[in-house]
Amino acid sequence: MVEMKEVYLDNGATTMVDPLVVKAMQPLFSEIYGNASSLHHQGEAAKHKLNEAREAIAKAINAKFDELIFTSGGTESDNLAILGVASAHDKSLKDHIITSKIEHPAVLNTCKYLESLGYSVTYLDVDTEGFIDLDQLENSITDRTLLVSIIHGNNEIGTIQDVEAIGKICKKHGVLFHMDAVQSFTKTSIDVKKIDVDLISMSSHKIHGPKGVGALFVRKGTKIASVFKGGGHEFKLRPGTENVPGIVGFAKAVSLASSSHIKQMSKLRDKLIRSVLDEIPNTKLNGPKGDRRLCNNVNISFASLEGEALGAYLDIEGICTSTGSACSSQTLEPSHVLLSIGVSHEIANGTLRMTLSRFTKEEDIDYTIDALKRYVEKLRKMSPINTIIKKL
Amino acid sequence: MEVFKNPQNVGEIPDADGEGTLGNPKCGDVMKVQIKVEKDDKGKEVITDCKVQTFGCVAAIASSSTMTDMVIGKTVEEAKKLTNAEVAEELGGLPPVKMHCSNLSADALKKAIENYEKKRS
Ligand SMILES: Cc1ncc(COP(=O)(O)O)c(C=O)c1O
Repeated sequence: MVEMKEVYLDNGATTMVDPLVVKAMQPLFSEIYGNASSLHHQGEAAKHKLNEAREAIAKAINAKFDELIFTSGGTESDNLAILGVASAHDKSLKDHIITSKIEHPAVLNTCKYLESLGYSVTYLDVDTEGFIDLDQLENSITDRTLLVSIIHGNNEIGTIQDVEAIGKICKKHGVLFHMDAVQSFTKTSIDVKKIDVDLISMSSHKIHGPKGVGALFVRKGTKIASVFKGGGHEFKLRPGTENVPGIVGFAKAVSLASSSHIKQMSKLRDKLIRSVLDEIPNTKLNGPKGDRRLCNNVNISFASLEGEALGAYLDIEGICTSTGSACSSQTLEPSHVLLSIGVSHEIANGTLRMTLSRFTKEEDIDYTIDALKRYVEKLRKMSPINTIIKKL
Repeated sequence: MEVFKNPQNVGEIPDADGEGTLGNPKCGDVMKVQIKVEKDDKGKEVITDCKVQTFGCVAAIASSSTMTDMVIGKTVEEAKKLTNAEVAEELGGLPPVKMHCSNLSADALKKAIENYEKKRS
């Protein structure tokens, strides 16, 4: 049997753990396995590793050592940021939160939960490329506004918000600013000395680190309370014995990321976008072009076909992608992000997301373009003629 | 899913005896079914060909192909009795959330048969 080719273009969902990360984690299982809170030499050794990792990740965003809280991942970081800030403030004075319509469910559903507790939430609109309107943001802030939570790099359509401008507005009005940087971390520069941001969510498994580890940057002086109740770990903000192997792997993954990878991914991203739009009729790119788009994100709508079926054919060829189609979701609703940028239900259903990594090669992109051409044609041929009405 | 890799009886019958198109507004699936009917030596009406065009997801494509395979060679009376559940079962089952996709193929066939009977009378 010939070995099947594997092209992994679903790095927005999760990534391959870099073998060097695995190697860095290895000793933390059976050699240095102490509880970082213990006082004996095993505990000391674990604590040392934990501190090293914290130092390295804090440095990557120009933050201080004690501004970085380790969590179990992006979802927990988002929850801790929003719920932690809400519970640390007096609800009778501050009960308004501003977010956008294109957030990840980790933020969206946390905000909905707060609504059920009596908070009011403003969901900012986005334009056809997925950008929020800074005037709408500023006009939405009231004296009851507690927090603005905006996704930095969008996981579906790759839009990178102008977080420097958002931060300035928040600072001007004395409102806290949380950004979900789960997709953007290491894929665009984040410097907390340049951005007026109070809280940043990050996740290890999106950057070739292990799953189940993340971090929350909390700027010194930010009023926030822990969500879990327990011991005094992580500067009293996140109780629970630290996942030292995971944290060490996360730090290693951060150290392996480089700006040359961003250039390399951008180049392949643009080749994939250009080839599909030029060579396959009736296709449309969702999200912006160029530097305001995540370097690894491609999201394209194909008229007259179902994205889930296209993804399934690509999978037969060994290509992993994902789709915003209703058929692939439990709710049978197409992606809320695509609907928010004005894509119709019908076209949203014909959408494919391809997310690259630094391990993606040019030949992988060529192979994918070739497969896309064949299967888009196959699916369109299968389709009853009268459905090919919606031109893009 | 083997049927999905190579769906059978995809396309059109130029001189079809009956045809029906059905759309599912919820997820946007559309299916067009055409049938060819001939009388056998006992005078019974038999579906000799069935072709389908599908706009939809994996389950819709697979179920439309399976439906055509199940119905070719059957008499019109037998074919009318084909149920959505039987198509899904022949496919090897579908997750509940996907049942709506396979529902389309048996219903689209019924429309094609209705169209045939109307034309004939
Ligand atoms: C933008 C964004 N936020 C949050 C998350 C959740 O991260 P995790 O999977 O680490 O919980 C994800 C990952 O799916 C994401 O893309």
